[in-house]
Amino acid sequence: MLPNEIYNNLKTEFGDAIIEYNDAQPTDPFILISTDKLFDVCHTLRDNEEFLFDYLMCLSGMDLGDSMGVVYHLYSMTHKHKVVLKVSAPKSDPRVPSVEKIWRTADWHEREAYDLLGIQFEGHHNMIRILCPYDWEGHPLRKDYKVPEFYHGMKVS
Amino acid sequence: MGLLNKLDDPFEGGGIVMGTVEDLLNWGRSKSDWYLHFGLACCAIEFMSMNASHFDFMRFGTIPRTSPRQADFIMITGTVTFKMADRIKILYEQMAEPKYVISVGSCSNCGGPYWEHGYHVLKGIDRIIPVDVYIPGCPPRPEAFHEGMMQLQKKISQQAIFNKRKKLKAELKKNAI
Repeated sequence: MLPNEIYNNLKTEFGDAIIEYNDAQPTDPFILISTDKLFDVCHTLRDNEEFLFDYLMCLSGMDLGDSMGVVYHLYSMTHKHKVVLKVSAPKSDPRVPSVEKIWRTADWHEREAYDLLGIQFEGHHNMIRILCPYDWEGHPLRKDYKVPEFYHGMKVS
Repeated sequence: MGLLNKLDDPFEGGGIVMGTVEDLLNWGRSKSDWYLHFGLACCAIEFMSMNASHFDFMRFGTIPRTSPRQADFIMITGTVTFKMADRIKILYEQMAEPKYVISVGSCSNCGGPYWEHGYHVLKGIDRIIPVDVYIPGCPPRPEAFHEGMMQLQKKISQQAIFNKRKKLKAELKKNAI
Protein backbone atom coordinates (compact mmCIF):
# COMPACT_ATOMS: atom_id res chain seq x y z
CA MET A 1 0.00 0.00 0.00
CA LEU A 2 1.34 3.44 -0.87
CA PRO A 3 1.47 6.28 1.66
CA ASN A 4 -1.28 8.26 -0.08
CA GLU A 5 -3.59 5.21 0.00
CA ILE A 6 -2.83 4.80 3.71
CA TYR A 7 -3.62 8.48 4.17
CA ASN A 8 -6.99 8.12 2.38
CA ASN A 9 -7.96 5.07 4.41
CA LEU A 10 -7.01 6.79 7.67
CA LYS A 11 -8.86 9.94 6.61
CA THR A 12 -12.12 8.02 6.10
CA GLU A 13 -11.75 6.38 9.50
CA PHE A 14 -10.48 9.27 11.65
CA GLY A 15 -11.58 12.39 9.77
CA ASP A 16 -10.18 15.59 11.24
CA ALA A 17 -7.57 13.83 13.38
CA ILE A 18 -5.55 13.27 10.19
CA ILE A 19 -4.39 16.77 9.44
CA GLU A 20 -2.21 16.70 6.38
CA TYR A 21 -0.54 14.54 3.77
CA ASN A 22 2.79 15.87 2.52
CA ASP A 23 4.78 14.26 -0.30
CA ALA A 24 7.09 17.17 -1.03
CA GLN A 25 10.54 16.00 -2.11
CA PRO A 26 13.19 15.16 -0.97
CA THR A 27 11.87 13.63 2.26
CA ASP A 28 9.68 10.56 2.57
CA PRO A 29 5.98 11.36 2.27
CA PHE A 30 4.54 11.83 5.74
CA ILE A 31 1.15 12.09 7.41
CA LEU A 32 0.62 14.78 10.03
CA ILE A 33 -1.62 13.59 12.83
CA SER A 34 -3.41 15.42 15.62
CA THR A 35 -1.51 14.74 18.85
CA ASP A 36 -4.43 13.61 21.01
CA LYS A 37 -5.55 10.96 18.49
CA LEU A 38 -2.08 9.53 17.97
CA PHE A 39 -2.54 6.44 20.13
CA ASP A 40 -5.77 5.39 18.40
CA VAL A 41 -4.27 5.94 14.94
CA CYS A 42 -1.18 3.89 15.81
CA HIS A 43 -3.32 1.14 17.28
CA THR A 44 -5.32 0.94 14.06
CA LEU A 45 -2.14 0.99 11.97
CA ARG A 46 -0.75 -1.97 13.88
CA ASP A 47 -3.85 -4.16 14.18
CA ASN A 48 -5.92 -3.42 11.09
CA GLU A 49 -5.61 -6.23 8.52
CA GLU A 50 -4.85 -3.87 5.64
CA PHE A 51 -2.02 -2.02 7.47
CA LEU A 52 -0.36 -4.45 9.91
CA PHE A 53 2.49 -2.09 10.82
CA ASP A 54 4.20 -4.42 13.25
CA TYR A 55 7.59 -2.70 13.24
CA LEU A 56 8.44 0.76 14.56
CA MET A 57 11.69 1.40 12.71
CA CYS A 58 12.51 4.68 14.37
CA LEU A 59 11.05 7.22 16.73
CA SER A 60 12.73 10.61 16.70
CA GLY A 61 12.16 13.84 18.54
CA MET A 62 12.66 17.20 16.87
CA ASP A 63 13.02 20.78 17.98
CA LEU A 64 11.16 22.81 15.34
CA GLY A 65 11.98 26.18 16.87
CA ASP A 66 8.54 27.25 18.11
CA SER A 67 7.23 23.74 18.74
CA MET A 68 8.43 20.21 19.36
CA GLY A 69 7.78 17.31 17.00
CA VAL A 70 7.95 13.53 17.03
CA VAL A 71 8.43 11.40 13.91
CA TYR A 72 7.44 7.73 13.63
CA HIS A 73 8.82 5.51 10.87
CA LEU A 74 6.66 2.41 10.52
CA TYR A 75 7.17 -0.74 8.48
CA SER A 76 5.00 -3.78 7.89
CA MET A 77 6.78 -7.12 7.71
CA THR A 78 3.71 -8.72 6.17
CA HIS A 79 2.77 -6.19 3.50
CA LYS A 80 6.29 -4.78 3.01
CA HIS A 81 5.07 -1.19 3.02
CA LYS A 82 6.09 1.77 5.14
CA VAL A 83 4.78 5.10 6.29
CA VAL A 84 5.99 8.13 8.21
CA LEU A 85 3.84 9.81 10.86
CA LYS A 86 4.44 13.18 12.46
CA VAL A 87 2.94 14.93 15.44
CA SER A 88 3.78 18.25 17.05
CA ALA A 89 3.35 19.72 20.51
CA PRO A 90 3.77 23.22 21.97
CA LYS A 91 7.28 23.99 23.17
CA SER A 92 6.25 25.32 26.59
CA ASP A 93 4.69 22.00 27.62
CA PRO A 94 5.35 19.29 25.02
CA ARG A 95 3.13 16.30 25.77
CA VAL A 96 2.65 13.42 23.33
CA PRO A 97 0.81 10.16 23.99
CA SER A 98 3.16 7.22 24.41
CA VAL A 99 3.04 4.38 21.88
CA GLU A 100 5.14 2.17 24.12
CA LYS A 101 2.19 -0.15 24.73
CA ILE A 102 1.78 -0.66 20.98
CA TRP A 103 5.43 -1.16 20.03
CA ARG A 104 7.87 -2.16 22.77
CA THR A 105 10.66 -0.50 20.75
CA ALA A 106 9.18 2.85 21.66
CA ASP A 107 10.12 2.36 25.31
CA TRP A 108 13.77 3.42 25.03
CA HIS A 109 13.24 5.69 22.04
CA GLU A 110 10.72 7.76 23.97
CA ARG A 111 13.03 7.90 26.94
CA GLU A 112 15.77 9.19 24.65
CA ALA A 113 13.49 11.84 23.18
CA TYR A 114 12.56 12.85 26.71
CA ASP A 115 16.18 12.90 27.83
CA LEU A 116 17.55 15.01 24.99
CA LEU A 117 14.54 17.17 24.07
CA GLY A 118 12.26 17.15 27.08
CA ILE A 119 9.19 15.77 25.33
CA GLN A 120 6.86 14.15 27.87
CA PHE A 121 5.31 10.90 26.68
CA GLU A 122 2.08 10.37 28.57
CA GLY A 123 1.31 6.79 29.49
CA HIS A 124 4.94 5.65 29.41
CA HIS A 125 5.63 3.36 32.36
CA ASN A 126 9.14 4.61 33.13
CA MET A 127 9.69 8.15 31.88
CA ILE A 128 13.25 8.75 33.14
CA ARG A 129 16.51 9.78 31.49
CA ILE A 130 18.34 7.13 29.49
CA LEU A 131 21.66 8.68 28.35
CA CYS A 132 22.48 11.67 30.52
CA PRO A 133 23.06 11.21 34.26
CA TYR A 134 19.88 11.36 36.33
CA ASP A 135 20.92 14.63 37.94
CA TRP A 136 21.64 16.37 34.63
CA GLU A 137 19.93 19.70 34.23
CA GLY A 138 18.11 20.63 31.02
CA HIS A 139 17.65 18.82 27.74
CA PRO A 140 20.83 19.14 25.63
CA LEU A 141 19.48 18.88 22.07
CA ARG A 142 17.04 21.76 22.48
CA LYS A 143 17.99 24.77 20.39
CA ASP A 144 17.82 27.07 23.41
CA TYR A 145 19.95 24.79 25.62
CA LYS A 146 22.61 26.54 27.67
CA VAL A 147 25.67 24.43 28.40
CA PRO A 148 26.36 24.48 32.16
CA GLU A 149 29.73 25.73 33.34
CA PHE A 150 30.42 22.90 35.80
CA TYR A 151 29.20 19.38 36.33
CA HIS A 152 30.07 17.80 39.72
CA GLY A 153 32.95 20.22 40.05
CA MET A 154 34.40 19.37 36.63
CA LYS A 155 34.68 22.23 34.18
CA VAL A 156 32.57 21.53 31.11
CA SER A 157 34.37 23.59 28.46
CA MET B 1 70.30 0.59 34.64
CA GLY B 2 72.90 -1.85 33.40
CA LEU B 3 71.73 -4.83 35.42
CA LEU B 4 71.49 -7.11 32.44
CA ASN B 5 74.81 -5.92 31.04
CA LYS B 6 76.44 -6.92 34.29
CA LEU B 7 74.88 -10.35 33.99
CA ASP B 8 76.56 -10.74 30.62
CA ASP B 9 79.88 -9.71 32.00
CA PRO B 10 80.08 -10.89 35.61
CA PHE B 11 82.96 -10.27 37.91
CA GLU B 12 85.81 -12.65 38.13
CA GLY B 13 84.71 -15.82 39.78
CA GLY B 14 81.20 -15.20 38.55
CA GLY B 15 77.89 -15.03 40.33
CA ILE B 16 78.15 -11.44 41.55
CA VAL B 17 75.93 -8.71 40.25
CA MET B 18 76.49 -5.17 41.38
CA GLY B 19 73.62 -2.77 41.61
CA THR B 20 71.36 -0.97 43.99
CA VAL B 21 68.32 -2.52 45.60
CA GLU B 22 66.30 0.32 44.19
CA ASP B 23 67.33 -0.60 40.66
CA LEU B 24 66.41 -4.21 41.26
CA LEU B 25 63.01 -3.33 42.65
CA ASN B 26 62.31 -0.85 39.89
CA TRP B 27 63.42 -3.34 37.29
CA GLY B 28 60.93 -5.83 38.65
CA ARG B 29 58.17 -3.27 38.96
CA SER B 30 58.60 -1.90 35.47
CA LYS B 31 58.65 -5.35 33.89
CA SER B 32 55.43 -6.63 35.40
CA ASP B 33 52.74 -3.99 35.27
CA TRP B 34 49.21 -5.18 35.66
CA TYR B 35 46.66 -2.86 34.25
CA LEU B 36 43.04 -2.03 34.68
CA HIS B 37 41.68 -1.53 31.22
CA PHE B 38 39.03 1.12 30.95
CA GLY B 39 37.79 0.89 27.36
CA LEU B 40 35.30 3.59 26.44
CA ALA B 41 35.32 4.06 22.68
CA CYS B 42 37.16 3.22 19.46
CA CYS B 43 40.58 3.34 21.15
CA ALA B 44 39.48 0.21 23.00
CA ILE B 45 38.88 -1.47 19.64
CA GLU B 46 42.45 -0.62 18.68
CA PHE B 47 43.50 -1.99 22.02
CA MET B 48 42.00 -5.36 21.09
CA SER B 49 44.46 -5.70 18.22
CA MET B 50 47.16 -4.48 20.59
CA ASN B 51 46.39 -7.35 22.94
CA ALA B 52 46.17 -9.96 20.20
CA SER B 53 49.12 -11.96 18.91
CA HIS B 54 50.20 -9.52 16.19
CA PHE B 55 51.26 -6.78 18.58
CA ASP B 56 51.41 -8.87 21.73
CA PHE B 57 51.04 -6.39 24.57
CA MET B 58 51.91 -9.07 27.11
CA ARG B 59 55.54 -9.00 26.04
CA PHE B 60 55.82 -6.02 28.38
CA GLY B 61 54.72 -8.19 31.28
CA THR B 62 51.31 -6.61 31.39
CA ILE B 63 48.33 -8.62 32.48
CA PRO B 64 44.81 -7.28 32.22
CA ARG B 65 42.98 -7.14 35.55
CA THR B 66 39.30 -6.63 36.14
CA SER B 67 39.72 -5.15 39.59
CA PRO B 68 41.36 -1.81 40.41
CA ARG B 69 42.72 -3.34 43.63
CA GLN B 70 45.06 -5.60 41.65
CA ALA B 71 46.14 -3.08 39.07
CA ASP B 72 49.36 -1.06 38.84
CA PHE B 73 48.15 1.31 36.17
CA ILE B 74 44.89 2.23 34.55
CA MET B 75 44.53 2.71 30.83
CA ILE B 76 41.84 5.20 29.85
CA THR B 77 41.05 4.41 26.23
CA GLY B 78 38.36 6.54 24.70
CA THR B 79 35.92 9.38 25.15
CA VAL B 80 35.36 10.26 28.79
CA THR B 81 31.83 11.54 29.32
CA PHE B 82 30.90 13.26 32.56
CA LYS B 83 28.78 10.28 33.48
CA MET B 84 31.88 8.06 33.20
CA ALA B 85 34.25 10.61 34.74
CA ASP B 86 32.68 10.05 38.16
CA ARG B 87 33.25 6.31 37.83
CA ILE B 88 36.85 6.74 36.68
CA LYS B 89 37.59 8.88 39.71
CA ILE B 90 36.21 6.17 42.00
CA LEU B 91 38.21 3.43 40.25
CA TYR B 92 41.39 5.46 40.41
CA GLU B 93 40.91 6.05 44.11
CA GLN B 94 40.42 2.32 44.67
CA MET B 95 43.79 1.45 43.12
CA ALA B 96 46.67 0.70 45.48
CA GLU B 97 49.81 2.85 45.48
CA PRO B 98 52.02 3.11 43.52
CA LYS B 99 49.62 3.75 40.67
CA TYR B 100 49.99 5.16 37.19
CA VAL B 101 47.68 6.41 34.47
CA ILE B 102 48.02 6.11 30.71
CA SER B 103 45.69 8.31 28.73
CA VAL B 104 45.10 6.92 25.24
CA GLY B 105 43.79 8.88 22.30
CA SER B 106 42.80 12.45 21.63
CA CYS B 107 39.48 12.20 23.50
CA SER B 108 40.92 11.30 26.86
CA ASN B 109 43.96 13.54 26.31
CA CYS B 110 42.03 16.73 25.64
CA GLY B 111 38.47 16.06 24.57
CA GLY B 112 39.39 15.44 20.94
CA PRO B 113 36.64 16.22 18.43
CA TYR B 114 34.31 17.14 21.30
CA TRP B 115 36.55 19.98 22.37
CA GLU B 116 34.25 22.77 21.28
CA HIS B 117 30.66 21.56 21.24
CA GLY B 118 30.68 18.52 23.50
CA TYR B 119 28.44 19.44 26.41
CA HIS B 120 28.83 15.90 27.75
CA VAL B 121 32.57 15.20 27.33
CA LEU B 122 35.30 15.85 29.85
CA LYS B 123 38.01 17.90 28.12
CA GLY B 124 40.96 15.77 29.13
CA ILE B 125 41.20 13.08 31.78
CA ASP B 126 43.98 15.09 33.46
CA ARG B 127 41.29 17.39 34.83
CA ILE B 128 40.27 14.72 37.34
CA ILE B 129 43.23 12.33 37.77
CA PRO B 130 47.00 12.77 37.28
CA VAL B 131 48.28 11.32 34.01
CA ASP B 132 51.75 9.80 33.57
CA VAL B 133 51.80 9.03 29.86
CA TYR B 134 49.73 10.49 27.06
CA ILE B 135 49.41 8.51 23.84
CA PRO B 136 48.25 10.76 21.00
CA GLY B 137 46.22 9.55 18.04
CA CYS B 138 42.65 9.07 16.99
CA PRO B 139 42.85 6.19 17.64
CA PRO B 140 46.60 5.58 18.15
CA ARG B 141 48.36 2.88 16.16
CA PRO B 142 49.45 -0.18 18.17
CA GLU B 143 53.03 1.03 17.70
CA ALA B 144 52.07 4.15 19.62
CA PHE B 145 50.77 1.93 22.42
CA HIS B 146 54.18 0.23 22.46
CA GLU B 147 55.93 3.56 22.74
CA GLY B 148 53.60 4.68 25.50
CA MET B 149 54.16 1.50 27.44
CA MET B 150 57.94 1.86 27.08
CA GLN B 151 57.70 5.44 28.32
CA LEU B 152 55.84 4.24 31.39
CA GLN B 153 58.41 1.52 32.01
CA LYS B 154 61.16 4.10 31.69
CA LYS B 155 59.39 6.34 34.18
CA ILE B 156 58.88 3.51 36.69
CA SER B 157 62.45 2.29 36.40
CA GLN B 158 63.82 5.75 37.21
CA GLN B 159 61.63 6.35 40.23
CA ALA B 160 63.03 6.74 43.70
CA ILE B 161 61.86 4.30 46.34
CA PHE B 162 64.18 5.16 49.25
CA ASN B 163 65.05 8.71 50.36
CA LYS B 164 62.55 10.16 47.96
CA ARG B 165 62.74 13.69 49.28
CA LYS B 166 66.52 13.78 49.36
CA LYS B 167 66.75 12.69 45.75
CA LEU B 168 64.02 15.07 44.68
CA LYS B 169 65.88 17.91 46.35
CA ALA B 170 69.09 17.02 44.58
CA GLU B 171 67.27 16.83 41.28
CA LEU B 172 65.64 20.21 41.80
CA LYS B 173 69.02 21.72 42.61
CA LYS B 174 70.48 20.23 39.45
CA ASN B 175 67.63 21.53 37.35
CA ALA B 176 67.97 24.98 38.86
CA ILE B 177 71.56 25.20 37.66
